[in-house]
Amino acid sequence: MPRVVVDVMLKPEILDPQGQAVANALPRLGVSDVASVRIGRRIEIDFTGEPDLDRAREIADKLLANPVIEDFTVRLVETDETADARS
Amino acid sequence: MTARVGVVTFPGSLDDGDAARAVRIAGAEPVRLWHGDPDLHGVDAVVLPGGFSYGDYLRCGAIARFAPVMETLVDAARGGLPVLGICNGFQILCEAHLLPGALTRNQHLHFRNRDQVLRVESAGTAWTNAFQPGQEILIPVKNGEGCYVADTATLDQLEAEGRVVARYVGGNPNGSLRDIAAITNSAGNVVGIMPHPEHAVEALTGPSLDGLGFFTSALKHLVGAPA
Repeated sequence: MPRVVVDVMLKPEILDPQGQAVANALPRLGVSDVASVRIGRRIEIDFTGEPDLDRAREIADKLLANPVIEDFTVRLVETDETADARS
Repeated sequence: MTARVGVVTFPGSLDDGDAARAVRIAGAEPVRLWHGDPDLHGVDAVVLPGGFSYGDYLRCGAIARFAPVMETLVDAARGGLPVLGICNGFQILCEAHLLPGALTRNQHLHFRNRDQVLRVESAGTAWTNAFQPGQEILIPVKNGEGCYVADTATLDQLEAEGRVVARYVGGNPNGSLRDIAAITNSAGNVVGIMPHPEHAVEALTGPSLDGLGFFTSALKHLVGAPA
């Protein structure tokens, strides 16, 4: 059964101090060619039946993201794909 | 008759005890309200206290917004009930869309815990009518996600309508835009403030007694005294 994945990111104009802190740590790994890092959140939703993208968008808009400061995208992925992404 | 001021406890609230104590010291009767109970028990005003409701999971205040008590409270606030959100309470009011904007991670990423000077910009709200406009007060600030953000149009509107209630003076502890520490809704009955007036109501435990004015303001407001 496909799974719904919601990605939530701070809007581009909102400062991301966590991302900046990570970017500032990279030189300590010897990485000097990264211009910026932005940190977001990935949420995986499994419906009991067929995945419902409209319902997922409603969940994202009302709860998972705060539209004042965040944008979100909703997409379907095969469950093996999410397993691969974690391995 | 003594005014009855509700203080809501969510799972993870920390400052509900101090808020109830501040209400009592101000001369009102504190009424403890429970997040799972939609009944406001006939209170005359409500304080949403500081803390980490629902562990700050997802975003601060995001899950508390859907607590049964909030459904009733949002309607009551729209109907004019005085509501003060302190720290996590401010975050909940923004998440519930009773106040515009949002509170985000402190710009410097450090938790800030110190006594903070504020300038009261608007003494026309239900929670600040005991102050003089421009009055400087000292109350504790303690937050990790207190950086107030909103788009420029919203900020300009808040300024134009006199809805910036207080600003940080002598250093901005969290990066809040335009040094905003507290705002109100257009009716002036709902106020969100990031620092903690409930911790500055007694000489023994606070840096001043300046916080008391927020609670006595609500009582003045309830008896209809002119702001």
